[in-house]
This record gives sequence, structure tokens and C-alpha cells, in this order.
Amino acid sequence: MKKFMFVNRKAPYGTIYALESLEVVLIAATFDQDVSLVFIDDGVYELIKGQDTKATGIKNHSKTYRALEGYDVEKLYVERESLTARGLTEADLIVDVQVLGSAEMAALMAEQDVVLSF
Amino acid sequence: MLHIVNKSHTDRTALASCLRLARDGQALLLTEDGVLAASAATAEASGIAAAAKRLKVYVLAPDAQARGVAERLAAGVTTVDYAGFVDLVAEHSTNQSWL
Repeated sequence: MKKFMFVNRKAPYGTIYALESLEVVLIAATFDQDVSLVFIDDGVYELIKGQDTKATGIKNHSKTYRALEGYDVEKLYVERESLTARGLTEADLIVDVQVLGSAEMAALMAEQDVVLSF
Repeated sequence: MLHIVNKSHTDRTALASCLRLARDGQALLLTEDGVLAASAATAEASGIAAAAKRLKVYVLAPDAQARGVAERLAAGVTTVDYAGFVDLVAEHSTNQSWL
């Protein structure tokens, strides 16, 4: 089993990155790999509560983060500095995450076998 | 780990985030518009001057030449050609592209 880290740094909907990342995460999970998701910079907006895309006609994929547990994807990490810079706290997020400082996040990143960026 | 940044530091936050999360001793390769951060005139502002003291900083020469900064790179950075790029990727067990 390899350690796969998915690094999410983009806000949802403006680009396809967030959705594509989720799809690849689900694929990796079906291959029984050790999967971690990290949210840095605008990527933290992927997890914000209250996303309502109805009026834009775009599919709201934020609910999928809640379903990840069902695929044994339970390692979700958010960088504290990115949250703080955007005036957010853990309470603003739709799923349970581990909040890590930059140094802890860097250490986690360094122990991966594969890092995929979105 | 090899970090790769291809975005201008004045246009995007990729380099700043990379420098925040890169650990001492790791490698950083600047390509495409990313090379602009390594010009001597902007290296202090971009963070590359400080980064060069704790990371191995590489600049892709063809991209620096194309952008007119190849002859004005900051001290402490190393240029590589395309073959060197391949070597760097092969030498490091993981790569992180800061899109």
C-alpha cells in the first residue's frame, strides 16, 4: 500500500480542479491505498459550509466530501494558516478535519509516496 | 522531495505557499514564469534569496533565457537544462507541482 496525498489549493466552481481531485481520490480509494487529502490556500473553500450552486446550474459536489468516509477516506487535513488568512475556523467546515500548522503539514507531505496536486 | 513552481510569484500564490511548506534541504525547481522569481532584482521580494539558503533551488535555463533573466539570476540558484530537469525528477522519490 502506498501513501497518496492529494493537495487541494483551488476554490470550487471557478475551475474544474476541485471536482477532478475528488474523482481521482475516489479512484485511489477503490484501489485500497492510504489516501490523505489536504486543503491549502483557496482549497479550504472546497469545504466551506453553505455551498448552494442551484442558481449557477453547476453541480454542488461539496456533499461528496461527507461521503468519503464510506470509501475509507478519513484523513482530511487543513492548513491552519490558510483558514486564518480567510477568516475561517474548523466550525465553518462541512466535514471533520485535522487542522495542522504549516510545519506539521510539511512533515506530513514529506512522508508520502505520491503527491498529486490540484 | 522536489517542488516545482511554474507560476509568476507576482501573479499567483504558488511560490509563497511552496516556500511556506517546503522543508529545509528539499529541492525547488522553477520553470516557465516561475523563473522570474529567481532574477536577482526580485529574489528578495519573491523569497528566493532566503530560500536559496535552506533549499536547493534550480532554474530551468531555457525558460530563464526565453524571459531574459538567465544572465541576471540571484546568487545561490543553479541552472539546469531539460536533461537536468529529467534527472531532478528521477533523483527525487516524490514531486509536488504547485499548480
